Amino acid sequence: MSMGEEGIVVGVCHALEPEDQVLGTYRSHALYLAKTGETDSFFEEMYGKEAGCAKGRAGSMHLCAPEHGLICCSAIVASSIPVALGAAFAHKYKGTGRKVAVFFGDGATEEGAFWESLNTACLMKLPVLFVCENNQYAIHVHIRDRQAYDIPEAVRHFGIYVHSSETTDPEVVHQVAADALKSMDRTDMPAFLHFRYHRYLEHVGVQEDYCAGYRCKEDFMAYYDADPFKIQRGRLLANGLKLAEVEAMEREIDTTIERSINRAKQSCFAEESTLLEHVFA
Amino acid sequence: MSDLTFREAINSALIQEMERDQSVFLYGLDVNDHKRIFGTTHNLLERFGPKRCFFTPLCEDTMTGFGLGAAANGLRPVHVHQRVDFMMLAMNQLANMVSAFCYMSAGKLKVPLTIRAVIGRGWGQSFQHSKSMHSVFAHIPGLKVVLPTTPMDANGLLASSIRDDNPVIFLEHRWLHDIHGDVPDGEYVIPLGKAEIAREGLDFTVIAVSWMVVEALKAAEVMQRKHGVTVEVVDPRTAVPLDSETLIASVTKTGRCLVADYDWAFCGFSAEIAALISEHCFGALKAPVCRLGFAHSPCPTTRPLENRFYPGAIDIIRLIEARMQLAPADLFDERFFTYENRFKGPF
Repeated sequence: MSMGEEGIVVGVCHALEPEDQVLGTYRSHALYLAKTGETDSFFEEMYGKEAGCAKGRAGSMHLCAPEHGLICCSAIVASSIPVALGAAFAHKYKGTGRKVAVFFGDGATEEGAFWESLNTACLMKLPVLFVCENNQYAIHVHIRDRQAYDIPEAVRHFGIYVHSSETTDPEVVHQVAADALKSMDRTDMPAFLHFRYHRYLEHVGVQEDYCAGYRCKEDFMAYYDADPFKIQRGRLLANGLKLAEVEAMEREIDTTIERSINRAKQSCFAEESTLLEHVFA
Repeated sequence: MSDLTFREAINSALIQEMERDQSVFLYGLDVNDHKRIFGTTHNLLERFGPKRCFFTPLCEDTMTGFGLGAAANGLRPVHVHQRVDFMMLAMNQLANMVSAFCYMSAGKLKVPLTIRAVIGRGWGQSFQHSKSMHSVFAHIPGLKVVLPTTPMDANGLLASSIRDDNPVIFLEHRWLHDIHGDVPDGEYVIPLGKAEIAREGLDFTVIAVSWMVVEALKAAEVMQRKHGVTVEVVDPRTAVPLDSETLIASVTKTGRCLVADYDWAFCGFSAEIAALISEHCFGALKAPVCRLGFAHSPCPTTRPLENRFYPGAIDIIRLIEARMQLAPADLFDERFFTYENRFKGPF
């Protein structure tokens, strides 16, 4: 799940125009929520139900809401990056002025598709915002054991706008992303953002796995002090909202989520007879 | 009707579709060089400009995903490969992304992407420039697979592929590029999923695709002359969707079937067809269904081994004779197709 990563997608998505498009990974639950702002189809899909965003065919790893600008999420590392190029090319071809942001992890930069895409996007001057969400682990292997390069340093060789940040603060991310988008307008080139975050939970699932020994809880505690929710909540209070007002907002959000979950639990699965529907258009 | 070569028929369909629909564009390695993909992309750059006809870096996987993204956003890309073998670099995008995109979005996203690829044959093309791979592509749900044989089919099926809202892999055998034949003037579309009876017959059905249709027609002509046996040659033209009705009807009529494929026989498209015929025509069959395909080896470079690797008209004749318990005809005076003596048409 994307706990720990929320500040990045919220900051970037709010810097984008609503008509801009995004693509993500198997850890893009926060991206879905940030881009769509809806929880009904999301939980229906998580529960595999017919009313889900893909009628249960996609599930947690391949969330998709093109009507909201979320083109796809892919569970094959780096595979949505080339798709972002084509989507961006279509905007350039049609002259819509829209941009495409593609989110991927640090491990994706080890794949050929990443470098192929970076090269092609630069050559073709495509309006793609590359967003690397670096949690330092590819499943359970640390970045120092996988990469003989520094990600932002390597990307700088392509001569495009590159910004690397340690922040988990959604408003700082928002400003960084807005600057990157402006640079894309100015230079007519793609841009690259690199953010650090900490994956709170295990690679797959809803449990912690600090007991496994490949990383320690102290790492988590350092990041948890800068949890994007904590930061944003503190900012709302510091900006003059009363605690009761913040709590009322939180209750409203909780109620919306509970309603979506209950609805998803009760709604029906797709009929078995629909198995072959949508293999072809 | 105009008399066109297969390559001109491809070119004509591309020009026709790019003229009628602004969302069609074409890209790939070498599409704009002096050779223009065996002449098939001739004049596209001059006519439609670099926005709609452009070459790419050497990154087949990324450029396949690129086509997917462009298609999902409403364009109709045509991606071109000089050889099918190069598409193996794009199998991730094909098998994990392109083929599943419509399904994973429950039909919200359509993928009108056409991928043209040339099946190489030399001689001397060897194991990295000679594959057809349609069995593998057809195995993956969500991909359509087209194998035109005649100039008319190349023209009408390519137009249809470009207009289709699904990913279509369009495989052109290099030796077919030279063949000439009639192509209807004006807009012409052949629906995907309709087999063609390339030659009618009563005694034996040969189901053949791509270059093997040429070999099968030669074999049918020899069988008629030498044995008085009439062979029906059926060209499915599209592996997906498959016109099983036409194939079943032909074998139900003749009671005998040989599948002559242009791919490895083991676990190949020919096995699928043989299973289909065996299942649906069991009562009508006078002999077991037999198959021809590539030998189960990488394609060798040297000519004598390559000759053994590819099946041809002689193999078809000998198999039909064996199945019909006919004495092998003397083929000494027959001239069969080779690299040097290629069929030039018309059919």
